[in-house]
Amino acid sequence: MRPLNRKLTRDLWHLRGQVIAVAAVIASGVAVLSMSLSTTEALGETARAYYERYRFAHVFGRVQRAPEYLADRIRLLPGVQSVSTRVVKTAILDVAGFEEPVIGQFASIPERGEPELNALALRTGRLPRPGHADEALLSEPFAEAHGLVPGSHLRAILNGHWRELEVVGLALSPEYVYTIGPGALMPDDQRFGVIWMGRKALQAAFDLDGAFNDISVGLLRGTDPDPVIREIDELLSDYGGAGAYERANQISNWFLMNEIKQLETMSSILPVLFLIVAAFLTNMVLSRLITVERAEIGLLKAFGYRNREIGMHYVKLTLAIAGIGIVLGWAAGYWFGLMNTRVYAEFYRFPFLLYEPGPNAFILAGAASLIAALLGTINTVRAVAALPPGEAMRPPAPTMFRQSLLARTRLFLALDQPTRILLRQIARWPLRSFVTSAGIGMAIGVLIVSIQWLDAIDRIADVYFLQAQHNDVTVGFAEARAADAEFNLAQLPGVITTEPMRTVATKIRFGSREERKMIRGVPPIQNLHHVYDADGHPINLPPDGLVISTMLGELLNVVPGDIVTVEALQGRRPTRRIPITGMFETYIGSPAYMDIAALNRFMGEGPTINSVHMRTDALQRPALFRELKEIPMISSLNLKAAAVQTFHDTMAESMLIFVSFFVVFACTLAFGVTYNAGRITLSERGRELATLRVLGFTRAEISYILLGEIGVLTLIALPLGCAIGYSLTLLISGAFKTELFRVPFAILPNTYGISLLIVLAATLASIFVVRRRLEHLDLIAVLKTRE
Amino acid sequence: MTLENSKVHEVEPALRARDLTKVYKTGEVEVHALRGVSLELYPADMVALLGPSGSGKSTLLNILGGLDQASSGDAWFGSRHLTDLDDRALTQYRRAHVGFVFQFYNLIPSLTATENVALVTEISPDPMAAEDALEIVGLGERLHHFPAQLSGGEQQRVAIARAIAKRPELMLCDEPTGALDSQTGILVLEAIERIHAELNTTTVLITHNAVIADMTDRVLVMGDGHIVEEHRNTTKSRARDLHW
Repeated sequence: MRPLNRKLTRDLWHLRGQVIAVAAVIASGVAVLSMSLSTTEALGETARAYYERYRFAHVFGRVQRAPEYLADRIRLLPGVQSVSTRVVKTAILDVAGFEEPVIGQFASIPERGEPELNALALRTGRLPRPGHADEALLSEPFAEAHGLVPGSHLRAILNGHWRELEVVGLALSPEYVYTIGPGALMPDDQRFGVIWMGRKALQAAFDLDGAFNDISVGLLRGTDPDPVIREIDELLSDYGGAGAYERANQISNWFLMNEIKQLETMSSILPVLFLIVAAFLTNMVLSRLITVERAEIGLLKAFGYRNREIGMHYVKLTLAIAGIGIVLGWAAGYWFGLMNTRVYAEFYRFPFLLYEPGPNAFILAGAASLIAALLGTINTVRAVAALPPGEAMRPPAPTMFRQSLLARTRLFLALDQPTRILLRQIARWPLRSFVTSAGIGMAIGVLIVSIQWLDAIDRIADVYFLQAQHNDVTVGFAEARAADAEFNLAQLPGVITTEPMRTVATKIRFGSREERKMIRGVPPIQNLHHVYDADGHPINLPPDGLVISTMLGELLNVVPGDIVTVEALQGRRPTRRIPITGMFETYIGSPAYMDIAALNRFMGEGPTINSVHMRTDALQRPALFRELKEIPMISSLNLKAAAVQTFHDTMAESMLIFVSFFVVFACTLAFGVTYNAGRITLSERGRELATLRVLGFTRAEISYILLGEIGVLTLIALPLGCAIGYSLTLLISGAFKTELFRVPFAILPNTYGISLLIVLAATLASIFVVRRRLEHLDLIAVLKTRE
Repeated sequence: MTLENSKVHEVEPALRARDLTKVYKTGEVEVHALRGVSLELYPADMVALLGPSGSGKSTLLNILGGLDQASSGDAWFGSRHLTDLDDRALTQYRRAHVGFVFQFYNLIPSLTATENVALVTEISPDPMAAEDALEIVGLGERLHHFPAQLSGGEQQRVAIARAIAKRPELMLCDEPTGALDSQTGILVLEAIERIHAELNTTTVLITHNAVIADMTDRVLVMGDGHIVEEHRNTTKSRARDLHW
């Protein structure tokens, strides 16, 4: 081994504390980026493979009742590969031990063999036997939520009659990755479940013999779904077709894709931030490390080593440190990615998991870190190599300090000498001090950005549920009903007040853009379920026109005053041009509202409703639920309390996973920065501190000088970190926008507090480690050696 | 022990050592830096410690100054048994009784001359004013200069002021002129001489330079870990008359 390389390995060993700290910072950046990218990649891949293996359909459609032969006509359409017709209906269930009515979505499966499309992943038990009309297959999450297993029983109102069903198996389906009940925002496995039964049993139960009311179509690869959808709409229009739609609009898939996109946003913004911080710190640490080596560099030059050889030596040092960090980061990134993906796969209930991250994420993260580290080294090595050897070997002349104006103030004069030393050190190298503070500040900032997600979720829930909704129960009907249905519900026990709503499935067009949208008709002034904007102001509806969310406005590219074409997908299917009369900001979804009277006029119908918001007396709710279970026309039931709970559970679960990883990495950053700042300061000023020890200063007194400097820099970092966190949050909440969610800018005081405490703890831990080095100062060496 | 006491009982040594040895183990090699050194230093003594490199003079100074522990033997400061003291007590000993002057000054670059001296006066029980200490070494005009604004000789004189400001009983100077040219070195020695005369501090001067020994009361010559020669100067030279 060449002597320089031997020096390199020994230097690495000698500097192992700092090597590990720098490597840990690099590793954090690399790990976060590779973890995040590989997680989203794996989730996307798993979803894609799940859809493919279980033949998830490309186009879906609903009809009132269509004859079976229509399926053959559809099968002949160009681009169509397979067609599967079903009976799909919702009905009320009674699950033993559960007080509230539960909504079941019943879907038929072929009497024999597998469905051609939307195949089921049987998890346990078996399929219903042909001719056994009471055997049912349950969706696994629903069964688990109620402790139902093969052999359990539950009751359902099928077409007005209570029927006792036997559970024979549990299954998962690509169609219900997200099992979201009608009118619900999040999956609630206790209150909504999917039940598969034999086709004949459901046809008989819902009077659909020889007919179907749901169609799924698989397309040949590369087929544009739009012409197929138009043909299908045409064919089904006489049978009460509610408009076919493509996979992108299928509700479970839409939610899943939104979620993955949301994770992608998170994994593209935050980890990049991490990587930048890590690169910045690496740069700072390495440049100071090399400056300390100035005498060695002079010596090597005196021996006749060329600048390039010396440069290469330090480049190798950097490569070694960065290499250790990158490899550690890759390993951690892979492992955390796998864990993370597992948690998500369980959360989404994928029947299997594909975690085969491609090299891209890893290469990207590694290369970025390496380049940052090298940039940090090259400038410093160049500066040191430029010194003549004699000068490089001499210690730098005593640093020039000057009396500042501040030093003449009465306050400064009252300070003791150790305090003056530490303050002058900071003031003498403001940039270097700032960089240390900035590094700690960035760790705080990253923590704030990570933790504030939870604040944002709280804020969304607060506006969406608590401020906007004053109802506690919402009941939906399978079919639109005359307005007196509201009056009937108002008579039920415990109902204090009610408010009607009418929803109509439509297509809204403007120019070349088209969106499928449920238009909600509500009273112009709402008492229970308010149309609320993001700022918490209720919105009154004008007697005519559409009031839409800004998100929908963006999707359609409209502004108030524009006139859109609205085509109803139900009833007499009217099409009319309607003006946009208002727009408002929302955090969730992209709703569109109309005055209920205007909506009914548009439909050419009298006073009609299909859901009722109710405010009820909590004490009488059991009686209310008993009554509701007996009303067969009910197709959905949503309880606000349960919705709030599932919203928090779902969001917190999916977000917390990411957030907790970020917290761990931010701690590594804070520790790495302060530890390195402390160690480098110690190596730069060891002689000064040892001199003080010789002069009779105790360990505690010199610790004060060394660690006080880090302490002051940390204090400066606290407000700086809050400012960084604030700005980053502002940046991210602007960038983070899906059709499903907009993240509000919301940082609670707690979040600042927690972030600061976490970083302070990490700083204290590193100070403690550095402090132990002070025990080993060589007091004797300072008498003889000259730095 | 206070300064006053030591003056009253002049026969009592200020510092006493008996059979001091020091063995450094570096890897598998044992270096015997001191091989049984005994000596007595009296109050207001000015002693030169001469000898070639590796003769053990710095090791002896380190042990007497409370910077290092002897391997065996005893040392007393007045009645205090130095070789029994732990790290904390040694720190206290240096803080209260010993003034150090280093070859390379070891000033704190971020503190002005006055502040460098104040660094020590702040932690001493009975210090003189920092300005007075600087006045004694002839730097009354440069109180607010930072080390980088001072010449080598001036820096060393600040270091001497720093050493004496606490009114130490013992002043240990390790090659105080080693980094200076002879003209500046003599200025520094004059300062040491003046302080010794004014404060009656027991002073030990380590030096390679035999000429400097002429300004002391006693000369101890070390070689190979022993005191090989000891003599008293019958005629003490003034620092300003030295030449090298």
